[in-house]
Amino acid sequence: MELAEQSGGTLTEQEMSPIREKWNIFRKNRSAVLSLWFLIFLFALSIVAILLTKYSAPFSPATVRLSDKFLPPLTPFKSNLVKPEDAPPFGIYLLGTDELGRDVFSRMLEGTPVSLTIGFVAVGISVFVGIFLGGLAGFYGRIRFGWMTVDTLIMRFVDIMLCFPTFFLILTVVALLPPSIYNIMIVIGLTSWMGTARLVRAEFLSLREQDYVLAARSQAIPEMRIIFQHIVPNAIAPVLVSATIGVATAILTESALSFLGFGVQPPDATWGNILSDGKGFIFDAPWLTFIPGFTILFVVLAFNLCGEGLREAYNPKLRQQR
Amino acid sequence: MTAFLIRNIGQRLILLVFISIIAHSVVHLAPGDPSLVDPMNPRMKAEDIARIRAAFHLDDPPHVQYAYWMRDLFTGQLKSFKDNQPVLGKIWDRFLNSLPLFLVTTLITWCIAFPFGVQAAIKRGSLLDKGGTLLSYILISFPGFFLAYICIIVMVRIFDVPVIGISTFGFEDAGPLFQTMDRIWHLTIPALIFASGSIAVLSRYVRSQMLEVIHMDYIRTARAKGLSEETVIYKHGLRNALLPFITMFGLMIPGLIGGSVIIETIFSWPGLGRLGFEAIMNRDFPVILTLNFITAILTLIGTFVSDILYAVADPRIKLQ
Repeated sequence: MELAEQSGGTLTEQEMSPIREKWNIFRKNRSAVLSLWFLIFLFALSIVAILLTKYSAPFSPATVRLSDKFLPPLTPFKSNLVKPEDAPPFGIYLLGTDELGRDVFSRMLEGTPVSLTIGFVAVGISVFVGIFLGGLAGFYGRIRFGWMTVDTLIMRFVDIMLCFPTFFLILTVVALLPPSIYNIMIVIGLTSWMGTARLVRAEFLSLREQDYVLAARSQAIPEMRIIFQHIVPNAIAPVLVSATIGVATAILTESALSFLGFGVQPPDATWGNILSDGKGFIFDAPWLTFIPGFTILFVVLAFNLCGEGLREAYNPKLRQQR
Repeated sequence: MTAFLIRNIGQRLILLVFISIIAHSVVHLAPGDPSLVDPMNPRMKAEDIARIRAAFHLDDPPHVQYAYWMRDLFTGQLKSFKDNQPVLGKIWDRFLNSLPLFLVTTLITWCIAFPFGVQAAIKRGSLLDKGGTLLSYILISFPGFFLAYICIIVMVRIFDVPVIGISTFGFEDAGPLFQTMDRIWHLTIPALIFASGSIAVLSRYVRSQMLEVIHMDYIRTARAKGLSEETVIYKHGLRNALLPFITMFGLMIPGLIGGSVIIETIFSWPGLGRLGFEAIMNRDFPVILTLNFITAILTLIGTFVSDILYAVADPRIKLQ
């Protein structure tokens, strides 16, 4: 029975496009699919959030209502001291208010695109540097510069970077540079590319010797075209997987930086600095700590589970191990 | 063997030189210098700042400053900008404070992660395995400082365990037994929280290694010979599964020191991480630089030792 199913499975798999096949494996991992939907929802939410917090008055995260400070979540708005046009969205403080009477719901909304952008741009930078250096080491590794090859040069550089305590290095640079969200993204990106570089190098080393690369060479296809059209697409899968998990790590790193006071500076909100602002009031207003804390937890969890699902889809051997 | 050792040490020394250059340029090329820490202080006159800058060679070009740093570091003359204390002495004191935290954290991590990972691999698909997987994902995703805050509240409110600092203030006159107990109590919570993330990562890794090994041919051979399941798993399987972890020794050190910044700041633990944090806040360049440099040295020693141990443990590897 099982055998019949398996052979039937392989028959249809041959007809399926590779993406479709991966999707079918991915779909079997329920928590990964759930995470994917959650993340898609989050992206949609962050686009809506950018528009709402910028252009809609009730959603403005900067509105200060001092008479309404420290209201717990789900408190209806019924203050006589606050102007009616400053009322929160839907006339209710969905997630409560903070020490300045700002609506936590609006601030969390404002923080969503910021936190996601930090995660994605940081990982984008690290993937770019990783593919560039890893590809260079893998493809042109045998070229010599005096007494050392390109491969030795780059891989020793990776070794050097691995010797630094990453978080301490990030903290040093972020603390010395003027505080800005772009600096944080760049620094996180530039200190986390080593894993990607190693992966890409290993992939390039094996792909370089494949027959189809030889075939492409024999047709005198330019080298750059071989690299970017034939090798990179085949090497990208493991990078994609590690990038998904990298986004999770970058969001965690940003929140840790914010926690120490070096993250995104007020009045801009990210989940990390809402949490670090709220930690002083943890006994009086626990929601200021717990709402951003659990948001970070769930989003990072979703990225991790999604990354695990992708890893299985691209490496079906793991699936059998489960 | 000797040739390998000499070449390996030589390579590491070259790496170390480059590490020191990179660390130095990162700190010195970034804008902002120590005189900017307290710009509003009316007692700091322009000539004072100039005198301080001259005393610490801050007006020289970077490569000259690098030479001064190296000279002072190796003659032990390197002084902190902040309190003019020798940097090496400061770091050594803090290192002694951090050491118990690092050791206990590592011990907790290994004592939980290895047995758990092995059990999860053997009983694949069981409740233990599935629950453990979910729990480890949650632990990996938990922001460490958030977990620490929750733990502090729970521990103080429910169990009345002291959590802040390295020992209770005013306990200096207590008997040695009480002091030790006090120290252990203070150590428990930070170490547990520090370990939580690495337990999750490591146990996942042990599990996947073990699963890979269990499907090897030599395991089937061992079973076919009629060996007991215990011998098959723990003697033939586990020993092979554990091999890759020897190489993780060295690369653990930067993670420990980098990760201790947050944990030690939250728990007011006077260790290396907090020293680094204070140095960054004060733009205390000699301390920042030397801390990075020492971490790199420890890491290089660690990876060197683990390379050799790996060759000793695995006869298939030949040093050449």
